[in-house]
Amino acid sequence: MAQIFARSSNVHSKVIIVLVVVLVCGAGWTTYAVFWSPYTTYVGVPLDQPVPFSHKHHVGDDGIDCRYCHTSVEKSSFAGVPSTQVCMTCHSQLWNETPTLAPVRASLTSDKPLRWNRVNDLPDFVYFNHSIHVNKGVGCSTCHGEIDKMPLTWRAQTLYMKWCLECHRAPQNYVRPSDQIYNLHWKPPPDQEKQGARLVAQYRIDTSGRLTNCSVCHR
Amino acid sequence: MWRSLEELAATPGFEEMLHREFPRGASEWTNEMQRRDFLRLMGASVALAGLGACTKQPIEKIVPYVDQPEEVIPGKPLRFASATSFCGFGQGIVVTSYEGRPTKIEGNPDHPASRGATSVWAQADVLDLYDPDRAKVLTNGDSGATWGTFLDRLKVALDAQAGSGGAGLRILTQTVTSPTMAAQLQEIGQKFPTAKWHQWEPLTRDAEREARAGGVFGAETLYDFSKAKVIVALDSDFLYLHPAALRHARDFATRRRVEGPQGASMSRFYAVEPTPSITGSNADHRLALAGHEIPKLAAALAALVGSGGEGANVPDEATTWVWAAAQDLRANAGASIVIAGETQPPEVHALVGQINASLGNINTTIRHCASVETNPVNQLQSLQQLVQEMKSGAVEVLLILGGNPVYDAPADLDFAGALQKVKLRLHHSLWPNETSERCQWLIPATHFLESWSDIRAFDGTVTIVQPLVEPLYDGFSAHQLLDAFLLQPVRSAYDLVRATWQKNNPTTTFEAQWRSILSDGATPGIGGDLTPEQGAASARAAIAPPTGQGLEILFRPDPSTLDGRYANNGWLQELPKPFSKITWDNAALVSPKLAAREHLENGDYIELNFRGRKLGAPIWILPGQAENSVTLQLGYGRKKAGQTGTNKGYNAYTLRTSDALWQGVGLTIRKIDRHLKFATTQNHFSIEGRDMYRAGTLAEFIRQPQFATEMAEVPKHDETLYNPDEYKNAGYAWAMVVDLNTCIGCNACTIACQAENNIPIVGKAQVIAGREMHWIRVDTYYAGPPNDPQFHHQPVPCMHCQDAPCELVCPVAATMTDDEGLNVQVYNRCVGTRYCSNNCPYKVRRFNFLEYNGALSPSEKLVKNPEVTVRCRGVMEKCTYCLQRINAARITAQLEERKIRDGEIVPACAQVCPAEAITFGDIHDPKSRVSRRKALPLDYGMLAELNTRPRTSYAAKLRNPNPQLKS
Repeated sequence: MAQIFARSSNVHSKVIIVLVVVLVCGAGWTTYAVFWSPYTTYVGVPLDQPVPFSHKHHVGDDGIDCRYCHTSVEKSSFAGVPSTQVCMTCHSQLWNETPTLAPVRASLTSDKPLRWNRVNDLPDFVYFNHSIHVNKGVGCSTCHGEIDKMPLTWRAQTLYMKWCLECHRAPQNYVRPSDQIYNLHWKPPPDQEKQGARLVAQYRIDTSGRLTNCSVCHR
Repeated sequence: MWRSLEELAATPGFEEMLHREFPRGASEWTNEMQRRDFLRLMGASVALAGLGACTKQPIEKIVPYVDQPEEVIPGKPLRFASATSFCGFGQGIVVTSYEGRPTKIEGNPDHPASRGATSVWAQADVLDLYDPDRAKVLTNGDSGATWGTFLDRLKVALDAQAGSGGAGLRILTQTVTSPTMAAQLQEIGQKFPTAKWHQWEPLTRDAEREARAGGVFGAETLYDFSKAKVIVALDSDFLYLHPAALRHARDFATRRRVEGPQGASMSRFYAVEPTPSITGSNADHRLALAGHEIPKLAAALAALVGSGGEGANVPDEATTWVWAAAQDLRANAGASIVIAGETQPPEVHALVGQINASLGNINTTIRHCASVETNPVNQLQSLQQLVQEMKSGAVEVLLILGGNPVYDAPADLDFAGALQKVKLRLHHSLWPNETSERCQWLIPATHFLESWSDIRAFDGTVTIVQPLVEPLYDGFSAHQLLDAFLLQPVRSAYDLVRATWQKNNPTTTFEAQWRSILSDGATPGIGGDLTPEQGAASARAAIAPPTGQGLEILFRPDPSTLDGRYANNGWLQELPKPFSKITWDNAALVSPKLAAREHLENGDYIELNFRGRKLGAPIWILPGQAENSVTLQLGYGRKKAGQTGTNKGYNAYTLRTSDALWQGVGLTIRKIDRHLKFATTQNHFSIEGRDMYRAGTLAEFIRQPQFATEMAEVPKHDETLYNPDEYKNAGYAWAMVVDLNTCIGCNACTIACQAENNIPIVGKAQVIAGREMHWIRVDTYYAGPPNDPQFHHQPVPCMHCQDAPCELVCPVAATMTDDEGLNVQVYNRCVGTRYCSNNCPYKVRRFNFLEYNGALSPSEKLVKNPEVTVRCRGVMEKCTYCLQRINAARITAQLEERKIRDGEIVPACAQVCPAEAITFGDIHDPKSRVSRRKALPLDYGMLAELNTRPRTSYAAKLRNPNPQLKS
């Protein structure tokens, strides 16, 4: 009986096995790369907005405090997006004829709100609360990055659960003194672990592990 | 103890229900599709789902205010005091609003008719606001019209009336207690002196008005059940269907709550009624007696108590009951209450007044005050008079302000026929309904959450009804419409209400006063004319013997849709009715003996023949029903209610005549060959032969305080394969106690939970399949013989087991105990295996089989609570102890750097409970109310013998029977 497989089959099968391994690994890597790429996470991707609002200009150049516009950040789950009236407190006097701001003026005259594109968006089954974070030592820049350098706003972090848990597991690595919350350029000191532990005790942050309970964010 | 007649008889159908997690078919694909087609489709779906998962998170919009209102903090709800109405009487509420969107109604703790609780109807009111079937535009016939053209047309009609002083003008309202509307109607009366105002409410309380409590027509009787040691109710549902029901339940519960065996005392409650009611089910001695026998019983009671009269012969089964009740009443003179229901004739109310007076109960447990209605009239006579004039052609312009008389007027009056003789017919209504169909003009009404008004409660307390939201549609308030009748520029409802109140206080302090009235939501004194009067025995009326032979017919409001006004409310339609647990339908209730005699089974149709009128209705066999009485529930059979309510059930109004508004003798029934499958939840989630419900008597409890705990042996703390201290933590430990002793079984917890937790409605077919979604159910247990059982109610939420059987079987850890002892369900992890539900001994887990939240109209989406995830298909869900409220309280406490206070977290079910039967709190705090309740001897854990260590526990039910009577 003749041999079923030719001698070359050995080579072919080896090549195929290697190719399959490479393909599977490649597919895995591609999925991983896409999953973590800015394409999916939106990290670093500036979003178009009805008005090209620049945090760089308003915060970086003009030095306006975060809370001037995001009024409810210390009181509520939602930091608050300024009403048209807040924009117009300045822009009824400054740049009051520039075409860029036409949608803002139109909003005021027509009483129709501006519709901004949401940059930092969590899934609907996640209940994040700004007030508890900024009152317990988590600064703006920890999640939102150096927003005073963003001409158009982009997402600074993935906002994935894994990323949330990094801090919920070890808050001492991230918390800062309460007078530094709105400092967008705060850097952890070299002895952050020691300072952080002190702050965690001062803020009475629960270190029993309860912060990683599902029920803390999901309901 | 049994839950249904099927269980008692151990029918095969019940056995099957018992052994299955869901009824047959609930988890099966019953479509005609072939297996291959199914696999093909599944293949395609998997591929598509795979691809679908590759889509990125879509960009959402943020829409800020143009001009943010001062008091709004985005993300934080605001709460406003207002009032809802029960048949015209106010009940104080506090409405929660998110950025101008009302989502939840709670009771106003400062309001005497609420005390922080609400009825099932008040909970459901918010859904009515967003009902997509509401009347949206002003219509004339089939075409839309503007307010301007309407006013022009009205002016022409009214100008024609001016000459005769309004001789052809009639206004038909429901019961009116609003001071502003009173002033408006008075003004219209001055402008058109010969015009007439009529009132009609299908659940009219004419008998009480006619009884002239305290010698005044229409006087209100106020009861203080917290002072009553003995209560005798004659066909009165004072705990559920009464303008002061919530207050009654609160006061009643204070006398039923038992803590330790030392000095334990309870009130003793006797009830006689022909058909089981929430109130009667809570009685220590309940007597099922035909409605027409109750006047005789009242006379016998009066004679025995010593308030005069010769008495009367009562049926044998009632003699000992009457005797015992009379003994107890006499022994507790001055600390007792005898109360009669609106279904009983005026003579009974007069007799009851005499009994109370002779017992010295007046001004101790009972007070009389002048009517809080603007103009109390005999509403039946009022309607009869109107119909007569309509038929004679004397009525030229008729304004029907709310209500639905074409549907709910007595059948013998032929309201619809008479209406056609009126030249100009105007209907002001929240929905296009049977009446508006027969009127030329439909003026859409504003919901009470959309416009200003005011209303009085049973005791005269006035509340300003303030709007929470701009009218969603082009609605007009009743006040605006009445203002149009004065032929001047129409003022806003706000101006009108404010003007009424400013009249009482025209000084400069008014503004401050107005603001405090608005924020408090309950104002005694102002406008209220509470004048306690000495009860004078009214003239004795002879009790007419019933006429006719045959069975007795009873007309009773439906426990969900009431008189039909809530027919289009899905939450109420799907709320299992007390006892029968029927949803989406009404039934003709018959006694087990009558059913046996007529060979009837549940769902069989009978033809009812009553005084020449016929009606077909499906029956339900109800334990505790008087043998020869058939109860018809009003409020169904609507021909034009909306998508939810149209053509559901049968219309009992077609048999209801003005000489038998509540009951009549002379009914004959005949079985017909038709059957209806009821969507009843009674046997769903049944559990076999365990002491789920533990009950005893007060005497037993005093003798043996631990009787409830001793009924089952609970494993010791370390008697487990798992680490017994796995969930021991230093922080809070949430737990709940349900006091079965004070629970009256009103269902308010079920619907409050539905409103708070975004629980969808599933529809009749899905309820039949066992797919109802309620997170807390109220089980009814019966004990004793089917014709005269004891009733027990048991609310069952998730037990939050510390050794939870559900958690062990979840392959993806989607359900787990958190550090504070909550058994949490993580929706984003759940893959829908339903193993957890299968393994849950309490059957409290609910699976979203279809996309029940998917088919909502845009307006219905607005009712959703933004603090709770709207769950999608394929996900298990269950009670969370209102986690959103726990988290909100925790964040507030942490921001204020303090611990959460006891009582700061109130789950929706506990908040709504009129009897305060549910206590929630932290069991690590030994001083918390829940810890103290758990330490009491009556406390037991349901199925705790399974070592589940439930955090929810029950206080066993106690009854206080008369030792001289066999219970």
